[in-house]
Amino acid sequence: MMKMLSKITLTSTFMFLLVHATYAACGINSGSIRILANDFPAIHAVLSAAEKCAGGGVTFTKNTTKEHRTLVVAGLTANPAEFTSAVVANSSIVPLLNEGLIRPLNDLVAKHGRGLKKNQLITINGKIMAVAFMANAQHLFYRKDILDKASVGIPKSYEEILSAAKAIRAKGIMEYPFALNTKTGWNLGEEFINMYMGYKGQLFKPGTAIASVNNAKGVAALKMIKSLTEYSNPDFLTFDSNATAALWEAGKLGLATMWGTRGGTILDDKGSTSNITSNTVLASAPTVAGGSTPATTLWWDGFTIAKNISDKDAEATFIAMMNGISTEMVKANNNEAVWLIEGFVPGKASAGVFASASAGATPYPMLPYAGLLHSALGSELSEFLQGNESAQQALADVEAAYTASAKEKGFL
Amino acid sequence: MPHRTFIFFILPSLLSMILLIAVPIFSAMTQSLFIAHKQVIRVSETCDPFGCKKETSVDAEATANLREKEPLGIFNGFETYTNRNHLAAAEIKTSWNVATGWKDLFSRIMNLPFYKALAFTITYTFVVTPFVIILGFLIALGTNSLASWLKGPTIFFSLLPMIVTPLIGSLILFWMIDADGIIGSTLQRIFKDNDLSLKASPALTWIMLIVYGIWHSTPFAFIVFYAGLQTVPQETLEASMLDGASLWQQKRYVVIPYLMPLIIFVTLIQLMDNFRVFEPIVGFNASANATSLSWIIFNDLRGEDALQLFGSAAATSMLTIIGVGILLIPVLIMIWKEFNSKTV
Repeated sequence: MMKMLSKITLTSTFMFLLVHATYAACGINSGSIRILANDFPAIHAVLSAAEKCAGGGVTFTKNTTKEHRTLVVAGLTANPAEFTSAVVANSSIVPLLNEGLIRPLNDLVAKHGRGLKKNQLITINGKIMAVAFMANAQHLFYRKDILDKASVGIPKSYEEILSAAKAIRAKGIMEYPFALNTKTGWNLGEEFINMYMGYKGQLFKPGTAIASVNNAKGVAALKMIKSLTEYSNPDFLTFDSNATAALWEAGKLGLATMWGTRGGTILDDKGSTSNITSNTVLASAPTVAGGSTPATTLWWDGFTIAKNISDKDAEATFIAMMNGISTEMVKANNNEAVWLIEGFVPGKASAGVFASASAGATPYPMLPYAGLLHSALGSELSEFLQGNESAQQALADVEAAYTASAKEKGFL
Repeated sequence: MPHRTFIFFILPSLLSMILLIAVPIFSAMTQSLFIAHKQVIRVSETCDPFGCKKETSVDAEATANLREKEPLGIFNGFETYTNRNHLAAAEIKTSWNVATGWKDLFSRIMNLPFYKALAFTITYTFVVTPFVIILGFLIALGTNSLASWLKGPTIFFSLLPMIVTPLIGSLILFWMIDADGIIGSTLQRIFKDNDLSLKASPALTWIMLIVYGIWHSTPFAFIVFYAGLQTVPQETLEASMLDGASLWQQKRYVVIPYLMPLIIFVTLIQLMDNFRVFEPIVGFNASANATSLSWIIFNDLRGEDALQLFGSAAATSMLTIIGVGILLIPVLIMIWKEFNSKTV
């Protein structure tokens, strides 16, 4: 009898532990978690880990879409908000800050944020507005075998890329050995900002919202992009990240400037031949014009918590997202991104972002009016790249287009 | 019909027209006259994974207070219409003053986004519309003279371009004309020119979009004309044959006059539709070489990082409505004349 009793006690203790353990995995048993995020593999990894908190009284929905930027303001303005958390980056957090749609996280971080590193916290005047979990940047991808065949060294600057591309073309290895994401619109604007940063340019007159890109540095940056696109396929004004990554995997490029987050997909054994993947190396973004700053901008991705939701849902969402960015998740998805999280082991796929960051690349500006300038750059630069107008004219058009829209938005 | 009955008869459609057409147009009109409040900017210490620095940010609370007082924003009159991104009154004036010749003036004006878009929109409208009507008419005549067992399948296949969703149709063609796609690389081989790209040259992009537009819209004209052909009075045709009219004269003096109301109808619809050309520009990623008024509206509404320009988009919408109105005036005059001649 005694034996049996102890057996029952033991089993039930075990059962209790087991049940308790399933709750303790997240430590929440009620609340609604609704997440809006961009759509790429690293974010899927985070959200799948966060989704493990679902069940019991916890409901979990996620919406991962490339169009998250167009949904996020409307989605968080509603009261109660459509989403309890928006996963954002340097640029996409700005409208949420502008409209005051996300809540300071200081108390939640103090309560549940054990293990967060200080540099993960995005703070404005001491208020934690987001928790970053990964870094990203555009940087150089090169093919060792192609460079060897053309007998050129590893390029460190865009000038060296030009001469390497010239050598590859001259040897008849590839007609169009180089590509950047130069699709008219956001991508092209981003390439200009990257290059302009390499020249140590200022996007705005310091302390004001007045654009200042029409200067010697801007012209030089634009001319460099044009020289580079002469080694790109003539369709380059339609190249986005998907297009360049596909060209790379098809073995049609020897050198390219692409996003770090593409590294994992390009290096894996899907979609390409082992000859291409084994020869692909990710390196720091090149410098330009003898400068020391890599011509790229650093990005972070992180999560925010909506303001217009109940404190209970906010807490549940925060805990779930903390589970999403746990060390276990990083261990399982080490190569998907450059994680800022404890436990990350830098590998081959993250070498480029790391090298760019440690060489002192500039972060993308978190300015309220940066998006308007980015937009103007995206739509006004293509005529110069097609050879239909001068660089000065293109940059003057950018400033004029920006000024008109900044006035409409109340920044000027 | 007594007036009372008539009013009740059209009341539902009148109501829905007011609700779904008049009210939105009025609201867009109002919105186009306002701009956002001055944003309250402050400098704050911003820290991210790459370090801390002083950066400007918007004081959300203060800006929200301003907005609450005047939810529409600041009244701006017609200045959004005349600014650089729309009619660009000031820029046109300076271009007029400094231009060295007509060619220079033209290139200066074509550098402004609105006029660039207008140029493509008008070219597209005036090339696609006549082609659609002529081709649609010819296909209808051809189909009509086919053996009856062939008619069904022919009609079905001729309608396919219209059945395919515009965005999908243009995307498929976009992939085919890629330098590595089947059409693109074949053209490069034929012309022995590796730099030949339908996507890179503005002229070729325009031609491509126009050809796509004709391909997509012809079935509409075809099916309308084909339906019309079924009702052409055989007696008149036979009478004209007895009078010795040639095949061409039969079409010219019997069929075309008889179908005239349909031709006017198709012209009207096509002018309106083509003036709002949009999907192929997105599908073909063609915005570097060709933009349209609708594309400008889309671009303003999408905005980078949710910085949407509602006032700008509303102003361009109003200008589009005015444009469609101007285009339709000649057609409407024709209809009016025809109406009067019938009632007399």
